[in-house]
Amino acid sequence: MNIAATIQKPFEPWIKLFKGELPKQTIASTIKAIVTPMIGILVFLMLWEVGASRVETSLGTFPGPKEVYVQAGNLVADHNRLREKEAAFYQRQEERNAKKLEKNPDAEIKIRKFNGKATFFDQIGTSLITVMSGFIIATIIAVPLGIVIGLSRTLNSALNPVIQTFKPVSPLAWLPLVTMVVSAVYVSDDPMFDKAFLNSMITVTLCCLWPTVLNTSVGVASVSQDLQNVSKVLRLSWFTHVLKIVLPSSVPMIFTGLRLSLGIAWMVLIAAEMLAQNPGLGKFVWDEFQNGSSDSLGRIMTAVLVIGFIGFLLDRIMLTMQKAVSWDKNAEIR
Amino acid sequence: MSKPHLELTGVGIEFPTPTGPFRALTDVNLKIEKGEFISLIGHSGCGKSTVLNIVAGLYQATEGGAILDGKEVNEPGPERAVVFQNHSLLPWLTAYENVELAVKQVFRGKKSRVEMKEWIEHNLHLVHMDHAMHKRPDEISGGMKQRVGIARALAMQPSVLLMDEPFGALDALTRAHLQDSLMEIQSVLNNTVIMITHDVDEAVLLSDRIVMMTNGPAATIGEVLTVDLERPRSRLELADDAKYNHYRSEVLKFLYEKQKKVDTSQPKLKVVEEDDSSDEKEVA
Repeated sequence: MNIAATIQKPFEPWIKLFKGELPKQTIASTIKAIVTPMIGILVFLMLWEVGASRVETSLGTFPGPKEVYVQAGNLVADHNRLREKEAAFYQRQEERNAKKLEKNPDAEIKIRKFNGKATFFDQIGTSLITVMSGFIIATIIAVPLGIVIGLSRTLNSALNPVIQTFKPVSPLAWLPLVTMVVSAVYVSDDPMFDKAFLNSMITVTLCCLWPTVLNTSVGVASVSQDLQNVSKVLRLSWFTHVLKIVLPSSVPMIFTGLRLSLGIAWMVLIAAEMLAQNPGLGKFVWDEFQNGSSDSLGRIMTAVLVIGFIGFLLDRIMLTMQKAVSWDKNAEIR
Repeated sequence: MSKPHLELTGVGIEFPTPTGPFRALTDVNLKIEKGEFISLIGHSGCGKSTVLNIVAGLYQATEGGAILDGKEVNEPGPERAVVFQNHSLLPWLTAYENVELAVKQVFRGKKSRVEMKEWIEHNLHLVHMDHAMHKRPDEISGGMKQRVGIARALAMQPSVLLMDEPFGALDALTRAHLQDSLMEIQSVLNNTVIMITHDVDEAVLLSDRIVMMTNGPAATIGEVLTVDLERPRSRLELADDAKYNHYRSEVLKFLYEKQKKVDTSQPKLKVVEEDDSSDEKEVA
C-alpha cells in the first residue's frame, strides 16, 4: 500500500461515491460509512456555530465556521497576492539588470532578494521542516539508544528512572534552557541556521525522544526466547544477532514508538514556535493574537483546524509505514 | 571398545528459585551411537526438555556433562541443531530465507553462493517444501512450518539432530505425514537423532531406542527399551504386528503403571494415588 492510498482510506467511500463506481450491494454500507461521519461533522458545525455566536470577546464574537471559511479564503488570497508581487519584483529586477548590461557590459549587477512577509503557507512549510528535522534527529538518537537499553537489563534499570522523569516534561520548560544553551554554544558570524529554528527543533527533539526510546527498548527486550535460542544455536555474532533477529523482531514496536513520537513532536512544535518566534504556525498564532484585529480569532481558528489536519495526515503516513514494515500481518494496527 | 558418539555422564541440574534450588534432573547416564534414533518419553514436567537443552548447550548441567565426539558440550552450536516445538521460524523471512540464515552462518567460506543455494533448495526438497519455499511462515500451515524447521536443522549438517516435541502441536494426520517424512529422510541421511515426545506410537514407530524418564523433581532415566523392528517401517503393517504392540504396551506400562502421575493441569490424566512412592510426589 502506498502512502497516498492510506491517506485516502478514510475518504475512500466519498471518492467512490463521486466516481460512481459502487457496486449495488455495498451501497447500503457505503451510505452508512459516508452518512455517519457526515452527521458527526454537521452536528459539530452546528454546535460550533451556535456556541460561538454566544461568546463575546474584546475582539468581537468568537469565530464560527462561516468566519473561518472567510478567513481561510483571505489567507489563500494573501498568499497568492504576495507570490504575484514576488514574481513582479524579480521581473522588474531582471529587466533593470538587463538594461544596465546593455549600456555597460561590465556593470556590476545587484540581485536583491524579495523581502516579503511570510504567508500562512510559508509558515506551514517552516513548521513542517522544523518538526521533521526535530523528529529525524530524535529518531537517530532514540532507536539505537532504545536497542542498547533493551538488550541490557542492567542498563534498563539504570536509565529507566531518568527516562521516566524526562518523559512528561513540557516543551515550555525546556525552551528557556535550550535558548540559553544555543545562544551560548552556537556562535557564528554567518550562521547556517536561524537560532529560533534551532531552539524549536531541539525542543521538539527533547520532547519526542522518549516514546521511541521506551517502545524500542520494550520491543528489543521482548524478542521471543525461541528466536534467541535459534540465534544461540547458530552462534550468530552479537552484530548479526542484533541485525537479523533483534531489529526485525522489534520493528513493529519501534514504529509504534515513532508514531507516538511524531504526534508529540507536532503538538510540541506549535508551543515551541510560539515562544521561540520560529516563523511557523506557532508564530502565526502568536502574531495574530498580538495583532488583535477583528480577523485575528478567525485566522487563529483556521490555524487550529490546519494544525489538526496536518497532524492527522502525519499520523496516517506513519501508520502506512508501520503497516508496511510490520511482519505480523494479523496484528490490527489502527 | 570404541567411544560412543554422544555420552551423557552423571548429568544433574538444579535451577535457582526464590524458595531455594529446584533439582530437575539427577544422575542421567546415556550412551548414543552414531546413526541411532533415540526417543525421550515421560510425563510433562519430567525434565525431558531439560536433557535436550543440556545436550543443545542451552542449559549448563550442575554436575556431570555431555561429550560429543570426544568434546565436552558447553555452549550451543550448529553441530547440535535443534528443531523447536513451535517451529521458531523468523516470521519476517520466507521459508527459503530462514534456511538461508542457517546455511550462511554454518557454511560461510566453505560453500560458494551457488552451492549454498543448491544446498538450501536440496534441504527444502527433502522435507517436501519446494512448492512453498518463498512463502512466509504466516502464509503456510503449522505442519509446513515444522517441515521448514526440520529443513533448517538438517541444513546445518548436525552431528546430532535434537528435536523437542517436533510434532506436538500438530493434528494427528499432519503428524503422521511428518513422521513418514522424517523416516524417509532418516533412511537417506541416517542422522543421530534425539527426539522428545509425548506420543507412545510415535516413539515406537520412529526409534531405535526409547528412553523412558521417571517423574520429576530429580527425574532420571527409568528404563531404556530397544526397539528391534525392521526398517523401513510402515505404520499400517505394524498396527497388527505382535512385536510392535509388545513394545507399545511396555512403554504404556512404564508411563501409566510404574510412573503414574497426578497432574492437576490435565484432568484427563488424573489418577487417584493409592501407594505413595517417593518419586511420584508433586512439587508443591
